[in-house]
Amino acid sequence: MTDLTKLTIAGARDLLKKGEITARELTEAHIASVEAADALNAYIAKTPELALEQADKADAKIKAGEQKGMTGIPVGIKDLFATKGVHTQACSHILDGFKPEYESTVSQKLWDDGAVMLGKLNMDEFAMGSSNETSFYGPVKNPWRRGDTDTVPGGSSGGSVASVAGFAAMGATASDTGGSIRQPASFTGTFGIKPTYGRCSRYGMVAFASSLDQAGTITRTVRDGAIMLESISGFDAKDSTSVDMAVPNFEAALTGDIRGMKIGIPQEYHLAGMPGEIEALWHQGIEWMKAAGAEVVDINLPHTKYALPTYYIVAPAEASSNLARYDGVRYGLRETVNGGGLVDMYEATRAAGFGDEVKRRIMIGTYVLSAGYYDAYYLKAQKVRQLIANDFKRAFEKVDAILTPTAPSAAFAPGEKSDDPIAMYLNDVFTVPASLAGLPGSSVPVGLDANGLPLGLQILGKPWDEETVFKVSGVMEEAANFTAKPAEWWR
Amino acid sequence: MSNYRIQGAAGDWEVVLGLEVHAQVVSNAKLFSGASTEFGAEPNAQVSLVDAAMPGMLPTINAECIRQAVRTGLALGAQINKFSVFDRKNYFYADLPQGYQISQFKHPIVGEGTVTLDMGDGKTKDVGVERIHLEQDAGKSMHDQHPQLTYVDLNRSGVALMEIVSKPDMRSPEEAGAYLTKLRTILRYIGTCDGNMEQGSMRADVNVSVRKPGDPLGTRCEIKNVNSIRFVRQAIEYEAQRQVDILEEGGVIDQETRLFDPAKGETRSMRSKEEAHDYRYFPDPDLLPVEFDDAFIEAARESLPELPDDKKARFVEELGVSDYNASVLVGEKESCDFFEELLSALAAKTGKPGQKLAAKASNWVMGDLFGALNKASKSVSESPVTAKQGADLLALVEDGTISGRIAKDVFEIMFETGKDAEAIVEEKGLKQVSDTGEIEKIIDEVIAANPGQLEQYRAGKDKLIGFFVGQVMKATGGKANPGMVNQLLKPKLDG
Repeated sequence: MTDLTKLTIAGARDLLKKGEITARELTEAHIASVEAADALNAYIAKTPELALEQADKADAKIKAGEQKGMTGIPVGIKDLFATKGVHTQACSHILDGFKPEYESTVSQKLWDDGAVMLGKLNMDEFAMGSSNETSFYGPVKNPWRRGDTDTVPGGSSGGSVASVAGFAAMGATASDTGGSIRQPASFTGTFGIKPTYGRCSRYGMVAFASSLDQAGTITRTVRDGAIMLESISGFDAKDSTSVDMAVPNFEAALTGDIRGMKIGIPQEYHLAGMPGEIEALWHQGIEWMKAAGAEVVDINLPHTKYALPTYYIVAPAEASSNLARYDGVRYGLRETVNGGGLVDMYEATRAAGFGDEVKRRIMIGTYVLSAGYYDAYYLKAQKVRQLIANDFKRAFEKVDAILTPTAPSAAFAPGEKSDDPIAMYLNDVFTVPASLAGLPGSSVPVGLDANGLPLGLQILGKPWDEETVFKVSGVMEEAANFTAKPAEWWR
Repeated sequence: MSNYRIQGAAGDWEVVLGLEVHAQVVSNAKLFSGASTEFGAEPNAQVSLVDAAMPGMLPTINAECIRQAVRTGLALGAQINKFSVFDRKNYFYADLPQGYQISQFKHPIVGEGTVTLDMGDGKTKDVGVERIHLEQDAGKSMHDQHPQLTYVDLNRSGVALMEIVSKPDMRSPEEAGAYLTKLRTILRYIGTCDGNMEQGSMRADVNVSVRKPGDPLGTRCEIKNVNSIRFVRQAIEYEAQRQVDILEEGGVIDQETRLFDPAKGETRSMRSKEEAHDYRYFPDPDLLPVEFDDAFIEAARESLPELPDDKKARFVEELGVSDYNASVLVGEKESCDFFEELLSALAAKTGKPGQKLAAKASNWVMGDLFGALNKASKSVSESPVTAKQGADLLALVEDGTISGRIAKDVFEIMFETGKDAEAIVEEKGLKQVSDTGEIEKIIDEVIAANPGQLEQYRAGKDKLIGFFVGQVMKATGGKANPGMVNQLLKPKLDG
């Protein structure tokens, strides 16, 4: 028997349909690989009993002829998504012991389609980080190493990418606020897709920055991404910012035909000091697009250089308010001071409960919203955000998709950037603009750098046009023929 | 307009007042969650996951609350903003689960409007409304349940409030009281707030400053959460005097937030301007701006009942009710409802038009009914005599079945027993005698029994007719139709 954990979602779906494998077999194989992958620290809570229960239900569904794309497929869920009765703490100490009485819409949609939950995945605390080093549950290790040296998996969806790249899940939910799906996908040779803001419900998703947070998926192939994203997408009346748009059949968009399509190359993304291999790989991607019959067009996104500073005002501002509810009153951690009052409890609880990066962002956010600073920071950032969105709008009048590198570097070593917040924030330089504009974007693995670490290219589309993103991603995937696998040192 | 002045050593001081009224919106569900809003449930029995600010929970706007705010704006003749935005007002407190209150800051749903106050003797005064915005109420902290701990009840958390902000247009405690009274009346008429101040459905923050007449505005203090009209008046009187005393001693007023202590009748400092929160308002990214069209506004307008000012004008001009009666009746929705129900039942029963009946009916409601209710310490809604029963009683007077005097006796019995007027009249044999022959017979007997008085009458003492009427009424036990007695008596006396 082949190793079931090496199957793609699409491949497993076909075997399940033919009855050549059962969901139970598939799930058992994955439970074993989850156990074997402890060294990656991708899972912070495992749910094998639940998984087997769901697998049996999935087998019954398949037998009854009710199979859907995700039926019987074992997946991991980022700790950001509420899962009823199961650890949901956004990998923060402040949510210690919290198990919600409700299910996030995104995960519920997966269960409705018959998917199987292997457990909850590690992440940067409250999704704040680009290396998965801020988690209260310790850093996640990238299955890909630089020789014998560990590397970070990127962040904040570090557990999601490590589990998928490490064959400990066929797919994983993830979330992207400024690049938390695309950058880690690039670091781990996986496919990540963040849909248009409003495509997936945020109900039951622990909030970081409400106007930017968007759920998405990590898979090993573009087709798998199409199958899984379709499952979690759709309007939800419980989220006022979710949009009532029909969900297309994303998989059907994978025609492999991009002839005549116009692909934009933003000149502002040629970054000084970026490794030559990334520049070269980008150029290679452009050549592949041309070879596939697309027309490549230079475009300008003049406000790009303001994207990162804008993001680091808007996101912390919203976060400072979103995280105010973690006060020790109703759930999670509570630290009291002998003889102290309410304010002492707030201070002790939040001092003990939040990590440094979260505190830093709460303080930045509180500052930029303060009286006397609001206009200069928050209001101005909102205006610049609009200009950035307008840049894209104008560009998309001329092109169908935009091609850029996903991240300015390959995976780095733990600790390499964790003492320098600015260097860490620069990881998101290519992903943040599209987040600010609410656009769909993917990261497709296309090659390895000189150290044998994966690199990805980012494909951005028009609002609600995930189909084009998938179509172009599919062509890129085929052209790149990225077949490298990490050495399975963790097993 | 107001002559209210505080006499100081250095001359008169004028008081300048503005009110921020928090009115709980009448709706079945909270502003952003489906939880119930009913008063008096067990603590924390009406709390949704959203109200408790569980991780990942999101607010969704309750359209009924939007409609109610628009209806309120229309009733105050205010600008309705077709585009408004919910903002977050950030501060920490144990009964504020989200760590922020969802409110409206820069773009409120309702803009400028007017409340017209009745200042007695037909005089009115217009008070400007600056804006009305929608916001969430907080929960309730209970500090008296445990020696060390504070308990929190989140039933009220997330309930929709309208904050109705007046302009600083009031100049006396009476005007502030009249403003609150009128606002409460309007909200109750249109059903957007039950106006129940004891249960906290309506509370006022009172802004008080003093100045020499003609001077620019003085520094104001805000007295928070005053929960009765009487307390509002008391708080203003105390606070204005306090400010005058400070200024006359050469001091300055610190802009601060104060609390009113009803037990001591004084205000005291709660927090100074320096301690004031920086609320860090910003648009709530979980909610889209509220937008609606003219059709929505028109539908809200059509749903409004007749407003108190219009109703009063109609009572006076079309129905001939006195200005005073109309003011009092319209002032309380229950009284007005009672009166209108009674009048329509009376018109139906007698077949006479309302104009012919309204003045008498209003007198009866204001006199007999309110008198009895007052004596029994009952409100109109607790009246043992229903509007329909009252109409039946007045109809008996109207068609001559009983006299006005007998009606008073019958009403007394009705009030005690709740029985119908007709049954009481029947049972006690109180029907008015309107039989000409019978009355003539009694008149003849009375005249025959009082020859002396007859002689004096005929000698020119006209006033003695009253004596004869009295005797006839006495002989019939008050049941004789007084009009007929008068009509029949005169020719007989005149011989």
